[in-house]
Amino acid sequence: MAMTIRVFLILLLFLSSTHLSYSLYEDQVGLMDWHQQYIGKVKHALFHTQKSGRKRVLVSTEENVVASLDLRRGEIFWRHVLGTNDVVDGLDIALGKYVITLSSDGSILRAWNLPDGQMVWESFLQGSVASKSILYIPKNLKADKDDLILVFGKGCLHAVSSIDGEVLWKKDFVGESIEVNHIIQSTDEIYVAGFVGSSKFYVYGLNAKNGELLKNDHKALPCDTFGELLSVSGDKFVVLDKTRSKILTINIKNGEISYKQKPISDLIEDSSGQAVLLPSRLPELFALRINSHVLLIKVTNEGELVLVDQINNAAAVSDALSIPEGQHAFAFVQHEDSKIHLFVKDVNDWNGDLLKERVVIDHQRGNVDKIFINNYVRTDRSYGFRALMVMEDHSLLLVQQGEIVWSREDGLASVVDVTASELPVEKEGVSVAKVEQNLFEWLKGHVLKLKGTLMIASAEDVVAIQALRLRSSEKSKMTRDHNGFRKLLIVLTRAGKVFALHTGDGRVVWSILLHTLRKTEVCEHPIGLNIYQWQVPHHHALDENPSILVVGRCGPSLAAPSVLSFIDAYTGKELNSLSLAHTVAQVIPLPYTDSTEQRLHLIIDINRYAYLYPRTSEAIGILQREFSNVYWYSVDADNGVIRGHALKSNCIHKVVDEYCFDFRNLWSIVFPSESEKIIATVTRKSNEVVHTQAKVMTDHDVMYKYVSKNVLFVANAAPKASGEIGTATPEEASLVIYIIDTVTGRILHRMTHHGCQGPVHAVFSENWVVYHYFNLRAHRYEMSVVEVYDQSRADNKDVWKFVLGKHNLTSPISAYYRAEVVTKSQSYFFTHSVKAIEVTSTAKGITSKQLLIGTIGDQVLALDKRFLDPRRTLNPSQAEKEEGIIPLTDSLPIISQSYITHSLKVEGLRGIVTVPAKLESTSLVFAYGVDLFFTQIAPSRTYDSLTEDFSYALLLLTIVALVAAIFVTWVLSQRKDLQEKWR
Amino acid sequence: MEKGKGVMGSGGRRWGVDFSDNSTSRDIPDPPGFSRASLDQDDSTLSRQKKDAESNWKAQKAWEVAQAPMKNLLMMGFMMWMAGSTVHLFSIGITFSALWQPISALQSVGKMFEPYKDNKVELLGPKLLFIALNLGGLALGVWKLNALGLLPTHTSDWVSSLAPAQEVEFSGGGVNLG
Repeated sequence: MAMTIRVFLILLLFLSSTHLSYSLYEDQVGLMDWHQQYIGKVKHALFHTQKSGRKRVLVSTEENVVASLDLRRGEIFWRHVLGTNDVVDGLDIALGKYVITLSSDGSILRAWNLPDGQMVWESFLQGSVASKSILYIPKNLKADKDDLILVFGKGCLHAVSSIDGEVLWKKDFVGESIEVNHIIQSTDEIYVAGFVGSSKFYVYGLNAKNGELLKNDHKALPCDTFGELLSVSGDKFVVLDKTRSKILTINIKNGEISYKQKPISDLIEDSSGQAVLLPSRLPELFALRINSHVLLIKVTNEGELVLVDQINNAAAVSDALSIPEGQHAFAFVQHEDSKIHLFVKDVNDWNGDLLKERVVIDHQRGNVDKIFINNYVRTDRSYGFRALMVMEDHSLLLVQQGEIVWSREDGLASVVDVTASELPVEKEGVSVAKVEQNLFEWLKGHVLKLKGTLMIASAEDVVAIQALRLRSSEKSKMTRDHNGFRKLLIVLTRAGKVFALHTGDGRVVWSILLHTLRKTEVCEHPIGLNIYQWQVPHHHALDENPSILVVGRCGPSLAAPSVLSFIDAYTGKELNSLSLAHTVAQVIPLPYTDSTEQRLHLIIDINRYAYLYPRTSEAIGILQREFSNVYWYSVDADNGVIRGHALKSNCIHKVVDEYCFDFRNLWSIVFPSESEKIIATVTRKSNEVVHTQAKVMTDHDVMYKYVSKNVLFVANAAPKASGEIGTATPEEASLVIYIIDTVTGRILHRMTHHGCQGPVHAVFSENWVVYHYFNLRAHRYEMSVVEVYDQSRADNKDVWKFVLGKHNLTSPISAYYRAEVVTKSQSYFFTHSVKAIEVTSTAKGITSKQLLIGTIGDQVLALDKRFLDPRRTLNPSQAEKEEGIIPLTDSLPIISQSYITHSLKVEGLRGIVTVPAKLESTSLVFAYGVDLFFTQIAPSRTYDSLTEDFSYALLLLTIVALVAAIFVTWVLSQRKDLQEKWR
Repeated sequence: MEKGKGVMGSGGRRWGVDFSDNSTSRDIPDPPGFSRASLDQDDSTLSRQKKDAESNWKAQKAWEVAQAPMKNLLMMGFMMWMAGSTVHLFSIGITFSALWQPISALQSVGKMFEPYKDNKVELLGPKLLFIALNLGGLALGVWKLNALGLLPTHTSDWVSSLAPAQEVEFSGGGVNLG
C-alpha cells in the first residue's frame, strides 16, 4: 500500500513538475542566449609550432586556466579551468607531447595530452611547509630511461618521471630552512640554489639519478638582498641588495660560491630611482628597470657587469628564444602614443635588429604587460617572428608582420561587477530605409518560415531557417525595443576596464580602460570596486544619456585613496573623474534623485563620515528634506557587531565641508564571539519591485507580507565550524540566522540550525529569504526558506472597508510602528553545493519567481519558488493542490531540463545577475565567471506575448484565405438568392 | 383605425362620406333578404362576445408569458447543477447565460406584454410575477457566480493587487567594500 502511494506521489510529482520545466528545443539554442569563453590574463605562454600539425600556443592564466589556443585564429582548442585555490605556478612541455602544469603551491603536478587536452597523469607531491614552487624540465636528463621532471614545492625537491608521474626520488629541504630559488642542471648533477634568511646563500649539488647529496656550500653575502634571485646563465646569478643600489653577481662554478658587487651608479649616471630586476631569462644578460628606463646589462664570464643598452619607455621584455645557428633572440616593446614599436634583437649582436615593427594598437588596451615570442621560417629562409602580447587590460594579441593577427578580450574573464543600462530610443526615419532595402530578404525569410511551418522545407531550407533565426538583425539593434530585451550590460573587470555588452549577441559595444584605475607610480595596485547607476534618465530628462559611476581604490587596504569615474553609458566616454580626498568604505545609493535624474549617493569613509554626491546644492536640499529618515548600518564581521547609525549634522572639521555629514550611533547588535561568527549577510535588491503586500491563502484568508527594504539577513556560524566542511563535528557546529530591521535594530526573527555549518549562500526577495548551507548530521546540503508576515495588519478583514477604499494599508509606514511579525519556514535537502544564488526579477513583480542556482558544475539551475514554500505539506488538500502547492518531499528535485545554461558550462561561475525586461513575463539573466552567459527566462512562460516561433505569415495567410472565402460564399449566396427569386 | 381618424379629422377635411351614418340612405330600400335591424343587433352582441373572449384569452396568455421564466428557472437550475462548482468554460457559459437571460427579459418587460395590452386586461399581476421570476433567475445566477468564487466577497479579492506601503525611512550600508 505504502509502495503504491509512493509510486503515486512520485508520479504526481513528475506530472506536476513536467509543466514546471521550461526546457528548450535543440533548435532554440542560441536564439536568445549567448555564451562566450575566455581564459583570463595570461601568465605563462609556450609556443608549440612544429612543422607539421596545428600550430598552437599553450597558456596558463591568472584565472587558473590551462588552455591550448589556435595560433592562427586565437580560438580555444582545449581548456581546463582549475579550481580557485589551484593556482598554476608552472607550465612546460615534456617529451614533446605532454603539457606539464604545477599548481596548488607546488603540490599538484599534472600532465595533459598536447593535442586534445586529456589528462594523462596527476601526481600529488607531499610536503609540509609553504615555499616557492618551481617547475624545471631539464633537457636530456635521464634516470633509468625516464625523462625527469624536477619540481620544488612545499620545501621538497621531487624528481618525477614524465611518463607516468611517479616520484622517483625526493629530497627534503625543510630541515635546512632554505628558501630555494633556482634549480640548475649541469650534465648529471643538479644544483639547487637559495637563501637562508636574506643574506646567506646556499648551493646543494645532487645526483640527478637518485637525489644523493654530493656537495654543498654556503656563503654569507656582505649585505641583505632584495627581491628575486635571477639566473643569468648556467652558473651565474644576479640579485639586488637591500638598498637597491648595488647589484650582486654570484657565481657557483662547480658548487663553489663566489660573488662580486657593483653599485648601479657605476653603470648609469642617474641612479636615483628604485631599481627592479625584470624576470626575463636572457643568456648572459639581464634587464634592470630604473625610473622609466630599462638597462640591459651583460654579465661577462669573469662576472663583470657591462652596460649594453639603455631603452627608454620600454614596456616589456621577453625571454630569450634560441633560434638555430646558436643565436638567441629576445623582444622588447616601446610605446609611442597609440603605436608600439616591437624590436627583436640578437642577444650577442647588439647593433642589428632581427625585427623592427610598428604596430597600431587601440589605446584602450593600455600598455603591453608581457610579451612572448616565437620564430618561423619565411619563404626566403630567413627568420620571422611573431609576438604574443598580454596587454594592460588583460587582452591577448598576436602580432605578426606588423599586424594584429587576432586578439582576445580576456579581461572579461575577471568580471568584478555588473549593471544594466537601457539603449537609446529609436529615432524616427532611420529604420524605414533599412526595411525597404531588406524587403526581399524579409519576404524570403517568411516564405522559408512558412515552408518550415507547413513541413515542406527541405534539409537545406531547415539549415537556412535556423541560420536566419540565429542571426536575426532584430536582436542586435542598437536601439531600445518594445519588450525591453535589448539592453547594455555594463561590466567592470579586474583590469579596471569597463565594457558594454549588447544583450542581443554579446558583442562589445564600447570599452574604456579607466585612466583612474591604471597603474601609476602613485597608485601601484589600483582595483575597481563597484559600479553603480549614476543617472537613469526617463520621463523629463530623456534627452540626456544615462551614466554610470565606477568606484575604485588604490590597493586592497581600506585606507588607500579612492577614485570615482563617471561614464556615459551610450558612448563609453568618461564624463568626469574625481580623486577623492577621503577614503571609501561603503557606497550607499539613496532612493532620491535630483532634477536631472542623478541619483544621490552617500559615500562613507573609514572614519564614519558620510560624503554626499553629486556635490550640488540641489542634492543638499533633497538630503536636508529627508535628513531624519536616512539611516546607515555597518557590519563588522571581524568583531561580530552590527551597528545602526543616523545622520546627525555636518562634519566638524577644520575645513568646512557642507557635503560631509556626521553620524550618531543608534543601536548595536553584538553577537557572542565565542559561539557566533558572521559568515554571510544579504539584503534585498534596492530596485526590486513588489506587486502586492497581501498573500491569499487557500481558504480566502489573507496574510500580509512584511515587505521592507530595510531588512538584513545575517548568518552566523560557530567559530569552530566556520572553516571547511569536515573540520568540525556536528556537536560543535551550529548555524544561527537572523533577520534584522536595519532602521531600528530590531531582530525580527532568529533561528538556530544545530549541526549545520557554512558556507552560506542566500538570497532575499520580497518577504522571504532562501539560504543554502551544509547539514553535518545528515551529511547533505540543505536549503531553507523563511517567509516573514506582518500579523498586525491581519485584522484588516472588513470587505466594505476595501470596497469604499477606507483602509490605510497603502499609506506610508515607519519602521517604528513595531509590526507583529510571524514567520513560516521549511527546510529541504539539496544535492548540489552552490556557488551563487539569485532570484528572477521582473518589471512589475507579478510573475512568479524562480531561484537561479549556480551549481558546483558551473551551470545555472532554475528552481521554482513553489518548491520552497513553507506551506507545503505531505498531503495537500484538494484546494491547496488547485492552488499549486506541491506535496512535501524531503529533497528539492533537480530537473535536468530546467538548467537554463542547457548543455553549456559557465566555467568558474562567480555571480548571476538578473535584470527585468519591459515585458512582465521575462527576466534577463547574466551569469559570469571565466565564461559569460546570457539568456532570457520566463518563469511563468511568456503569457503576455507570442512566442518567437509564432508564424505571422501563416496567420496572414489564414486571414487572407478567410476573407477570400467570405467573398466567394457571399457572391455564391447572392447568385443563389437571385435564382430563387426568378423561380 | 384609419377610418375613425378620418371621421375625427373631418373638421379639417373638405368633404367626407360617413358610411356608418345610415340615416341618409333610408329612402333607398334595402336589398331583399337584408334585415338591418338584426344585423345591427347581431353585430354589437357578437363583437362584445368576441371582445370578451379576446381579453380573456389575452389575460390568460399574459399569465402564461409571466409564468414562462419558471420553466426556464428550473431548467437553469438543472444545468447549473450539472455544470458543477469548478471554474471552466462550460460553467462560466451557463452562469453568464443564467445572468443574461433575466436581465434581457427584464429590459423587455413592456414589449413582452404589449400584445396583451387591453383596457380590460389587468397586466400588473402577470408583469409582477414575470419580474419576480426573472429576479429569481438573476439571484440564482448570482448565487452560482458566488459559488464559483467569482464574486468579490472576500477580503482577499480586494487586496490581491494592493501595492506595498511606502516606507518612510531608508537604511543602507553593509560590509565594507573589499
